[in-house]
Amino acid sequence: MKGIWSMLDDRLGISSAIMPIITHPVPRDVNWWYVFGSAALVAFIMQVITGVALAFIYVPAPNAAYDSLQFITQQQVLGSVVRGIHYFGASAMVILVGIHGIQVFLMGVYKFPRELTWVAGVILLALTLAMAFTGQLLRYDQDGYWSVFILSEMVGRVPAIGWPLVQALIAGQTVGGATLTRFFALHVFVIPALIFIFIGTHLYLVLRHGVSELPRAGVPVNPKTYRAYYHRLVENGIPFWPDAAWKDVVFSCAVGVVVVALAVFVGPPDLNGPVNPTQINTDPRPDWYFAWIFALFALMPPGLENYVILGGPVLIGLILLALPFVAPYGERVASRRPWAIAFVGFLLLSMGTLTPLGLQAPWSPVIDVGPLPDSVTQGLTGSAAQGAVVFQDKGCHSCHMIDGSGGRRGPDLSYVADRLTPAQMTIRIIAGRGNMPAFGGNITDTQLSEVVDFLATRKSR
Amino acid sequence: MSDDQAPPETIPPADRAPAPPLLAEEASRRGFFARISVALMGLAGAAVGLPVLSYLVTPWLRPAPQEWTTMGPVDSFTVGQTVLKAIPDVSPLPWAGQVAESAIWVRRDSDQTFTVFAINCTHLGCPVNWRPDANLFLCPCHGGVYYSDGTVAGGPPPRPLFQHETRIQGGQLQVRTRPLGIG
Repeated sequence: MKGIWSMLDDRLGISSAIMPIITHPVPRDVNWWYVFGSAALVAFIMQVITGVALAFIYVPAPNAAYDSLQFITQQQVLGSVVRGIHYFGASAMVILVGIHGIQVFLMGVYKFPRELTWVAGVILLALTLAMAFTGQLLRYDQDGYWSVFILSEMVGRVPAIGWPLVQALIAGQTVGGATLTRFFALHVFVIPALIFIFIGTHLYLVLRHGVSELPRAGVPVNPKTYRAYYHRLVENGIPFWPDAAWKDVVFSCAVGVVVVALAVFVGPPDLNGPVNPTQINTDPRPDWYFAWIFALFALMPPGLENYVILGGPVLIGLILLALPFVAPYGERVASRRPWAIAFVGFLLLSMGTLTPLGLQAPWSPVIDVGPLPDSVTQGLTGSAAQGAVVFQDKGCHSCHMIDGSGGRRGPDLSYVADRLTPAQMTIRIIAGRGNMPAFGGNITDTQLSEVVDFLATRKSR
Repeated sequence: MSDDQAPPETIPPADRAPAPPLLAEEASRRGFFARISVALMGLAGAAVGLPVLSYLVTPWLRPAPQEWTTMGPVDSFTVGQTVLKAIPDVSPLPWAGQVAESAIWVRRDSDQTFTVFAINCTHLGCPVNWRPDANLFLCPCHGGVYYSDGTVAGGPPPRPLFQHETRIQGGQLQVRTRPLGIG
């Protein structure tokens, strides 16, 4: 046994080359803040394993993708769990990459000499989001299908080369048969290969420059002295394995347990109907991590939209990539970098408020809105009763809520008669206002007076 | 970024061994081999890369033809009504299944004239719904609304709905396929 071990050890260089890497010294103060990067890596590995497992059965063809995924979910032994791990693992990876990015930003880890470690990380963040997006289409349900239209329309607004870019994205002139296989190849081969390359680069750079020490107020990064300073720290440090790594292991295992538990007890989301371009009673929604973008595009002034669609990603990318070169020295600790705190606060606040809005989508008309509730129609007679029918027929109910039923696009009309006189209502209906269409050429005089009679009954007392 | 020099402690002076003197002939041989190797790798890369790249950007090199598709006899459409119809994609693939088709809104305006709208909202491409009683197209994504002639009635869309060309031949309505419209 000993002979075999020493032969393998000699030929593979386990003790001489690999152990020194695994046990490389890290600063003593490495704490629980350092666990998110390794957990993101574990989430990625989980995605690779479950992704390969899904690919054993999934058929990336438009006429079979949906059915094969239904088969995986409903009939394959533990298929629902495997798909569930892949689904919740994707969320975990997006969250962990995000937290890791915020953590190293707040700790100023991107500063000298770890500028390129940060750059590789920014690229990994972009690749993670690309995986999340391309994965949506592979479900090949209505949500995934329409999300590609949305991206195409955004890309198409790039000046001059917008249309060629769209064609390259969707592999043709419209979202069709070739789009799925293109996204499959990207999701399964191209982007993962890039992720492997950049994780390799990222980890190599972490080893080359060492795990950063906890930032300390009053100890700014000075490139002339930093390496000597760091060298003294790790001379007095602890081996990464196992003294520091055990925290990574504990946290990653916790992430794994949560993901598997969600997969088992909650399960993957239902597929919302096979792709059918002619079945338009659909209500496309992005996965939750893109819900804030969805909300942004519904709420921002249309005049700004092109600047945000085109400038936003470019600007964010440039800022993130340029950051370590613009601010390579100086204080690392967040308490001495108020702008860093303000930026993260702004980011979290906007995403925190936009995400719930995106999930609720109050700006979307409710196309299949049901009838007005009995509490509204009860006791109505004559013209007002007719008006309630007109309210329904003309689509008013799709955008306006009355007694908790209807869309949220326009103002709640439960007590509209408190605010507006019949004459004012008539003008708004005929001429429209803001997002309210003008119904002038679209409604008879009788219908108009009926619907106004109906709305005049909507008083609070 | 005032000083890009590596701090002295990372490269101890003892490690900076002087390079052995090269013979001029040896140096030029080395330079030649390096250059020829890089050139060969570049050539091999281009030989593999260019065909692959062209294969991937086929739609740029060979735009799909926009063809006339027969939708049915003119009289199968009622004047004044707007109906949902399927139309083959610009370039359908044999294995495309349902996505070999797109949807269009067809309205017979008068005896001999039709208006055909692409289904995609000009804001971000979601499928618009026709509400016949309200005479409006509603988009389920960001709340775009269009009048019956396709002009914007409300919400974020930047322009009217895209239209397909139509013609009538031998009593049949024909609609021309078109690429995805970009708002």
